[in-house]
Amino acid sequence: MGSYLTAFLVGGLICLIGQLLFDLTSWTPAHVLVLLVVAGGILGGLGLYEPLIKFAGAGATIPISSFGNALVKGAMAEAAQSGPIGILTGIFELTSAGITASIIFGFFFALLFDPKG
Amino acid sequence: MAMKVGSQTFTFPSRPVLTGWATVSGPKEGQGPAGAYFDKIFPDLTMQQKSFEKAEQLMMITAVEIALEKGGVAKDAVDVFVAGDLLNQIIISGYSALKVGAPYLGIYGACSSFCEGLFLGGLLVDGGGAQYVVAATSSHNCTAERQFRYPTEYGAQLPPWAQHTVTGAAAVVVAARGSGPVLELATVGKVMDLGIKDPYNMGAAMAPAAADTIFTHLADTGRQPGDYDLIVTGDLGRVGRELLVELALRQGHDLSANYRDCGEIIYSREQTENAGASGCACSALVTLGLLFNQNYRRILVVATGALHSPTSCQQGDSIPAIAHAVSIEFPKGGQ
Amino acid sequence: MKNLLRDPKAYQELAEQKKPRPNLAKNLFTAFVVGGAICTLGQFIQNIYIKYFNFAPDRAGDPTTATMIFIGGLLTATGVFDKIARHAGAGTAVPVTGFANSIVSAALEFKREGFVLGVGSKMFALAGSVIVFGVVTAFVVGLISALL
Repeated sequence: MGSYLTAFLVGGLICLIGQLLFDLTSWTPAHVLVLLVVAGGILGGLGLYEPLIKFAGAGATIPISSFGNALVKGAMAEAAQSGPIGILTGIFELTSAGITASIIFGFFFALLFDPKG
Repeated sequence: MAMKVGSQTFTFPSRPVLTGWATVSGPKEGQGPAGAYFDKIFPDLTMQQKSFEKAEQLMMITAVEIALEKGGVAKDAVDVFVAGDLLNQIIISGYSALKVGAPYLGIYGACSSFCEGLFLGGLLVDGGGAQYVVAATSSHNCTAERQFRYPTEYGAQLPPWAQHTVTGAAAVVVAARGSGPVLELATVGKVMDLGIKDPYNMGAAMAPAAADTIFTHLADTGRQPGDYDLIVTGDLGRVGRELLVELALRQGHDLSANYRDCGEIIYSREQTENAGASGCACSALVTLGLLFNQNYRRILVVATGALHSPTSCQQGDSIPAIAHAVSIEFPKGGQ
Repeated sequence: MKNLLRDPKAYQELAEQKKPRPNLAKNLFTAFVVGGAICTLGQFIQNIYIKYFNFAPDRAGDPTTATMIFIGGLLTATGVFDKIARHAGAGTAVPVTGFANSIVSAALEFKREGFVLGVGSKMFALAGSVIVFGVVTAFVVGLISALL
């Protein structure tokens, strides 16, 4: 499932691509991250993201592009099982942990901490 | 009675006097080159208040109270309180006006508010019937960030042409008589927009406004840049300052000898990230703190403001800007 | 010489010239190293979940993601994340730590406006577009693949 070296190299490379877009275009970070998520989704749909995960492990699952892939994977897996309605019911299946964790941690950190400026 | 000269300039023949002023800042500005002259420096950005907005209010009202004390003016002797800040509905100024208790005129000139306030103070005092006008302005790095850009803990990487909003407040007492620096004349700027859309490149957005106001000022008064010991712009930053010098050169004005920008003065080289400082307080803190203690005879303060909103930028509109110029004379060369 | 104040296009060109260039080499290097390090940390955490918590290799991604989100959130709440991000740029923004930072920083900031109208409504102010476009992409790709 990937080694520390491939995780470092592939993860670093995806971030490098992001940095190139930050510095060479006038796009905001939100635009660049959206682009990476959409790219991850399209690559996932083409069956190209899973091999990357096999090769690089966390180097492919930690960058935000993996979120796009996971959403697509969920949709396609559920559609294969229950037909086209599965596209709607399956989208959040694999990303539920991430989104739930974000909301829970966001809420509780806001309870306990203040912004420092 | 104030009189109009040329196309955009007003003189104040009765020579209104700045009899008291105060500068209040956050920790970073206090550690800068002008910090030694500030009346009060807060050690952190929250200032023991419940929100950054309340901290900014505290700074403005503190500046007003100290200015009144130094000028020997009671709160109920203030004829008009003129104030402006960066926040929606200039809320800091409104709440401060409530505490001051004087008749209030709220102004929005973004970072040009300092000179806009001085101009109105001069106008009200010279033939307007006012004995004492207090002009105040403030800005806070966190309130500005949270309104115009991102939450303060967001990990954004700023481009090298971006500027850092100053945390500070200042107030000036403009009086009909007394001793102190004199408000000689002022040029009211027009809005200029040459199509700059990047809200991180305010220097480039504002330089044309500064240029237009300075050129008009010189034409209206018949003066040369050399007639001033120093010409300062409020917060053009490194990029805007270079652009202004270039624009001036093409117009036949040489600003190289005595022109500087407050946004490049307020922080030391070690403190400066990217292109320098911005914010309403920038021009005010540098002028009242540093420049008023330098034995100049006459200076031209040109505060510059970007008149965009977060919405206008997101909708793809370019950034309009304005600059107001105020000439201040120091009798006997200094305080 | 042209009066640039009447020539927006020429002024914009001059303004573009005067813009200091970002130090591309330094930014790319830092983004690469920090991003790679964060992913390596993720790999390390994932291995721990597989080895010591008996997660199957293909299910260990969930607790790993949640842990990375927790770490990103904690660094944000303690005021450390933005100091690192200033230098690391995409190195901290692209990994899921950046997603966590955008949510926790918004939650912290808008607490002043209350928990319902502030934290609740504005928590996704920055991260929302990632979720929206991710879901739209998944829908379109899913639809296309179902029709093929």
